[in-house]
Amino acid sequence: MPDLANVKAEDRLIGRYPDERGHFGPYGGTFIAETLVRPVEELRDAYERCSKDPEFLAELDAELRHYVGRPSPLYLARRWSREIGGARIYLKREDLNHTGAHKVNNTVGQALLAKRMGKTRIIAETGAGQHGVATATVAARLGLECVVYMGAEDIARQAPNVFRMKLLGAEVVSVESGSKTLKDALNEAMRDWVSNIDDTYYIIGTVAGPHPYPMLVRDFNSVIGREARAQVLEQEGRLPDACVACVGGGSNAMGLFHAFLDDADVALYGVEAGGSGVETGKHAAPLAAGRPGVLHGNRTYLMQDSDGQITPAHSISAGLDYPGVGPEHSWLKDSGRATYVAVNDDEALAAFHVCTRTEGIIPALESSHALSYAVKLAADMRPDDIVVVGLSGRGDKDIQTVAAIEGIDL
Amino acid sequence: MSRIADRFAALRVRNRTALVPFVTAGDPCPAATVPVMRAMVEAGADILELGVPFSDPMADGPVIQRASERALAAGMDFGKVLDIVREFRADDAETPIVLMGYLNPLEAAGYAGAAERAAAAGVDGFITVDLPPEEADDLAREVRAHGMDPVFLVSPTSSDERIARICGEASGFVYYVSLKGVTGAATLDVDEVAERMARIRRVTDLPVGVGFGIRDGASAARVARISDAVVVGTAVVARVEESAHAPEALPGVLAAFIGELRRALDAATS
Ligand SMILES: Cc1ncc(COP(=O)(O)O)c(C=O)c1O
Repeated sequence: MPDLANVKAEDRLIGRYPDERGHFGPYGGTFIAETLVRPVEELRDAYERCSKDPEFLAELDAELRHYVGRPSPLYLARRWSREIGGARIYLKREDLNHTGAHKVNNTVGQALLAKRMGKTRIIAETGAGQHGVATATVAARLGLECVVYMGAEDIARQAPNVFRMKLLGAEVVSVESGSKTLKDALNEAMRDWVSNIDDTYYIIGTVAGPHPYPMLVRDFNSVIGREARAQVLEQEGRLPDACVACVGGGSNAMGLFHAFLDDADVALYGVEAGGSGVETGKHAAPLAAGRPGVLHGNRTYLMQDSDGQITPAHSISAGLDYPGVGPEHSWLKDSGRATYVAVNDDEALAAFHVCTRTEGIIPALESSHALSYAVKLAADMRPDDIVVVGLSGRGDKDIQTVAAIEGIDL
Repeated sequence: MSRIADRFAALRVRNRTALVPFVTAGDPCPAATVPVMRAMVEAGADILELGVPFSDPMADGPVIQRASERALAAGMDFGKVLDIVREFRADDAETPIVLMGYLNPLEAAGYAGAAERAAAAGVDGFITVDLPPEEADDLAREVRAHGMDPVFLVSPTSSDERIARICGEASGFVYYVSLKGVTGAATLDVDEVAERMARIRRVTDLPVGVGFGIRDGASAARVARISDAVVVGTAVVARVEESAHAPEALPGVLAAFIGELRRALDAATS
């Protein structure tokens, strides 16, 4: 059985990355305007203190248990696995978290950090609205002012989440610049932050942004993989053969992968959004079809033209519609520790339906990308093989999108 | 000596504060920019900042964002920015040109190639908004190797220790960003600027320019006495935007505005 104990200390990946300047090999770093250098350093110092502070960690743990509802189950999709006739598929049920996705693992952690830093105002960017809802939720609970930036296009296609954020007391600002989607919402949140650094804490929603964000968002989400690893050992007596997760910015995938990095026999698969097909150019798959560059504070794979202009992403799922990806994924790709693949809109939609009908679980369209690839993978494996899939969120938010695609008037 | 150093040395002798207008290259169309640059120099600009458009201008307010969008829609790219510089240089060998923009277009071009091509076109310096000195070694080396100046920003949040470090890496001049925010944001606090300038001057002999928040003759005059250069961006670009439908009118419109700033600066320092 591959186990941490068998990996020599100097070969371990966990705890090695990023380096003290936030680099994952050639990726990551701190590419920001000078005005943001000090707030980013303050955040780094605060996080370093808090991540070693037993009181902070105990508070975080209690929040995750009693507010978020952790641990989330590791559920054997028995009927589906049997139908596929290959490996046993386990679903890590982040859809059962409070607010319905993994995003809350991060917002709970960062909100506690914001409180420790004495900040009174929270800002966030959001694509699908899941991170915005998770941020508005913790801000409501802690009594903090909350402003969420969201692309005008995403506001139109995620109306229920916009209303949820407003119910929670957040101000939702429509972003009209650029492609009017997630990347532009991130730009706008950065502009707000640089203008309000004294009282404002910026909760980034994925493992992107300048150091220390890719590290701290990963750390707050790594509870997913820590739990899954212990659960599969308990339920199956061994580690899985593969872990599969969808990759937008990459937070649920990093969260699932992190605890398994040193388990060399556990294959890791990140699934990007292939949109209409990577070959059509209408996709959101920078690892599959992009080039390294610098955006949003870090160096990573990006969708860009030959002049270095960022090109818009396309995906059926707003949460994957991002032309960049967290820098640690770029590093895992280049180093070969993880494999990245793309799943198209129609394949994700098919998996959405099969999961719903076969297991009685309506998955988020984002997560459906991971499910689709897991099914392909499992079909070629043996019945005693094990695949763990990150079911990053529930699909209630997507039923209007699915209905519209299928010509159904709700 | 670089063109930038030459220019500051000459201005110092005349006790003149440099006027540094910013325009986005190719806004509203590629053909508009060279006539605008010439008109601004004739009206009293000493150094030109030329914005390299980028799809995701994170540090810019709405006015300069829209300028970037117009320029990209008109087909601008890094190569065409250099074409503009080359055309301007054909009959102005002295006015320094500093390219201001974001890192990714330079990453895409490759640092060495970008620096070589820029130097050949007649560029004198680079201001790269999202490149603090911690990450700047590779680009700064190429820029220097081709006889140009890497210009760095100092902000109201920079500690004394950082100011010293930034000034140590910079050449040409140091650019003090006079407010916490994006380009085009609120008006500046002159007393705070004066206090920061004193701290910067303690650690460097390089000329120090002030930018962000200078919008008219009056605000330019207020920083003229405490700085070596006054950078005016959003207020210039806003005038380009107003006349974007009639690019042939732009040289006249901008000459009038630059002339007004020039007179205000000269009155303040005489
Ligand atoms: C359910 C769900 N899964 C995945 C994602 C993609 O984000 P990440 O790649 O950071 O996990 C989102 C983003 O909104 C989401 O809502």
